[in-house]
Amino acid sequence: MTEGRLVGRPVPRKEGREKVTGRARYIDDLAFPGMLYGATVRSPSARGRIREIVFGEGLPWDEFAVVTAKDIPGANSVALILLDQPYLADGVVNHKEEPVLLLAHPDKYLLEEARRAVRVEVEPLPAVFSIEDSLGKKEVIWGEDNVFKSFLVEKGDVDSVWEAADFIVEGEYRTGAQEQLYIENNGVVAVANPEEGVTVWGSMQCPYYVHKALVKLFDLPEDKIRVVQTETGGGFGGKEEYPSMIAGHAALLAWKTGRPVKIIYDRAEDMAATTKRHPSLTHHRTAVTREGRLVGMEIDFVIDGGAYATLSAVVLSRGTIHAAGPYNCPHVRIRSRAVATNAPPHGAFRGFGAPQSIFALERHLDKVAATVGLSPEELRRRNFIQQGETTATGQTIREPVDMDALLTRAFELSDYHAKRERFARENASGASIKRGIGFATFMHGAGFTGSGEKFLESVVGCEATPEGRVRVLAASTEIGQGTNTIFAQIAAETLGLDYEQVETAQPDTGNVPNSGPTVASRTCMIVGKLVESAALGLKQTLQGGGFLGETYDSEEFRRACREHIERHGPLKSFSRYKQPADINWDEDKYQGDAYGAYAWAVYVAEVSIDALTYEARVEDFVAVQEVGRVIHPVLAAGQIEGGVAQGIGFALYENVVWREGRMENSQMTNYIIPTSADIPPIRVHFEEVPYAGGPGGAKGIGELPMDGPAPAILNAIEQATDVAFNEIPLMPEAIMEALEREAVNA
Amino acid sequence: MSTDARAVTGKVSVACEVNGEAVKLDAYPFARLLDVLREELRLTGTKEGCGEGECGACSVLLDGELVNSCLVPVAQVEGAEITTIEGVAGGERLHAVQEAFIECGGAQCGICTPGMVLAAVNLLARTPAPTEAQIRDGLAGNLCRCTGYMKIFESVVRACRK
Repeated sequence: MTEGRLVGRPVPRKEGREKVTGRARYIDDLAFPGMLYGATVRSPSARGRIREIVFGEGLPWDEFAVVTAKDIPGANSVALILLDQPYLADGVVNHKEEPVLLLAHPDKYLLEEARRAVRVEVEPLPAVFSIEDSLGKKEVIWGEDNVFKSFLVEKGDVDSVWEAADFIVEGEYRTGAQEQLYIENNGVVAVANPEEGVTVWGSMQCPYYVHKALVKLFDLPEDKIRVVQTETGGGFGGKEEYPSMIAGHAALLAWKTGRPVKIIYDRAEDMAATTKRHPSLTHHRTAVTREGRLVGMEIDFVIDGGAYATLSAVVLSRGTIHAAGPYNCPHVRIRSRAVATNAPPHGAFRGFGAPQSIFALERHLDKVAATVGLSPEELRRRNFIQQGETTATGQTIREPVDMDALLTRAFELSDYHAKRERFARENASGASIKRGIGFATFMHGAGFTGSGEKFLESVVGCEATPEGRVRVLAASTEIGQGTNTIFAQIAAETLGLDYEQVETAQPDTGNVPNSGPTVASRTCMIVGKLVESAALGLKQTLQGGGFLGETYDSEEFRRACREHIERHGPLKSFSRYKQPADINWDEDKYQGDAYGAYAWAVYVAEVSIDALTYEARVEDFVAVQEVGRVIHPVLAAGQIEGGVAQGIGFALYENVVWREGRMENSQMTNYIIPTSADIPPIRVHFEEVPYAGGPGGAKGIGELPMDGPAPAILNAIEQATDVAFNEIPLMPEAIMEALEREAVNA
Repeated sequence: MSTDARAVTGKVSVACEVNGEAVKLDAYPFARLLDVLREELRLTGTKEGCGEGECGACSVLLDGELVNSCLVPVAQVEGAEITTIEGVAGGERLHAVQEAFIECGGAQCGICTPGMVLAAVNLLARTPAPTEAQIRDGLAGNLCRCTGYMKIFESVVRACRK
């Protein structure tokens, strides 16, 4: 790409008009003739053997379709990484809310009555509800030792550093579960019969994940399964793996009844039964010199995976690789484990393990700084990774990186130094509102880890019509982040066309190639690059065939498309991902180039604590990052602002209350996300350093903003309160308890 | 959360005006206005997010008041004037708030957008030039999980200038 005619411009969102007028059609807006509604009967018990299923009296049960594990035509397991999670419990249950039985009926009100009237009687078995009990094997509930996956990353020889270390600093850090809370609940509609196969429409991030799962569930050939993404009202990871479950359920009911079946979860079911962010526990042990040089880091990182393996192994992977941050430390050991508990499986949520391990690191480094007697800023400046240095996995950073400059910029924009000094003075003088300012410095890798993209081998197509219109064919979904818009920008820029001439096709596995899942900050950088090369291929086809000159206008392009199609038929160009030769990854040793590129960032949070109510508020927020070239400034800033808001929720508001493995506050009334009254001004600044591996120089962006807010906020709260809080969500009750304890001790 | 509308026996006829048109609704009196709009009138722009009046995705204007239609039993709307998102634009001409939401990035996934647009329209009808605090307050009953609200605030400010 030579110039930014469209790339870098705030063109209007492709589906913006439909969204602001209410015409955009989400899954619950679709109705099919003869459609039934489906519902899921779930386990009331965290672990046990199903003794009996009792259908209560007073309902016309002969009108209902009932599906149990016995009705499954293929394999009763959700195909993901391992095959341990059943679609429907068969004899045993391993968490509350586990699906046991499915019901369908034309009347959704009667269906709801019926769902409540089915009683699943379970003979209970001992269950495990915490990371500690799982690690301690209080009860072995999964495999031989409750461990889904473990990693060991070794750099240098960390055992050699402790004896000579000037300081050794230890700390323990915890993060809680977090609900994705997309405003559109999970939902699907399925049509299924032995002749035509299975078609599913639904709210989802990854149509080909659902496709793969349904192939196994029905034991049908791939071309007998079709998955179509409808307009999706938010995902944030919460619609990465779970749609495979709900799609399977609707399809099983449709298969049994021969009629279309719609399943839409209500909010309480969606919150209690579907995935959340993995809770985590991290232990740090750090050796540092008197001058503040990090010489050794030993990190133990554990996440709670819930009852089945699902995606925990890959969440753990990303959390592990990000655990040592953007610092140059010669000796690092990271040991990590994902363990089983009898909670619903935890799953993908924006950041995918990294927000957890980065929270621990960025809190811990403030402690290290205090121990050495340096400011948090100075400690980081002395250890920032530089171009040519290596990360914990031994990846040499080949691209330019300048964390120092990002930090300086973020401090200018936030007036950090003046505020830090002023707040210290005012807090000491007994002000009733305590204030603090803090920051976090971090990186986030884009795309699948290690060789992941190589194995995915994503494909993107560009198709031209005889009218000279171009359609981007990809399974990457628009979930609010702007896929439709940026793909059209990239293709139109490459082809020299107007933005309006290019559109992005609806993801439909019957029509688009598998461009991989819409996850891992990969849509812009990895898939966007494939859009660019597919568009280039289209142009070269036309030019190579003599249909189009070196330079052309849109009328000439139209004519070329028409002539080519008349002579040769459909005009499509496909591009398949090929991993650059300089990316090397050793999956066994967990060494090498973990990601093709990293985004780099410094976030600064200013907080206030009311000394009467102990409420913490974020008063100001500055987010400075380098994400390569920005494709669309409004969408990109929107990604950052939205991620920061979720990060503020993660830190201060979003408290999942567990009772024996079940979320007790599965309502928006008592699970609190930030409102328009809670969010501070979020000031977003991009430094742009083009990355050759991304379209127009772009890198990944989506997950990055989830990483920084929580540690920056807790670092600020430490200045405000003089208390080191190391667990989130940090609720007012915890602040009150700690401050009252401090007061008594004083 | 679905409530069993049939717990009260018999449907009732309710006359009201929806987006400027007189309609006669035939529904159980405790049916949620949200369901009647979506299922009887097929006005699916009004969304259900929580079903308990917390998220505002189902916001409509009822006699000029912003309400959560999931909390309004249809028996209450006899004689009322209702505006849903489908009634905000004048034909193909978008309302200034809608234009501003497109220009400023006020809509991402779009599921809160109908309710948020109505909340903004309602705010500007009462307060044509709101301060930032008034904007925050005026939209506080509508949750958005995508934007972090900054672009929504910008959209409202932009709409004022139109």
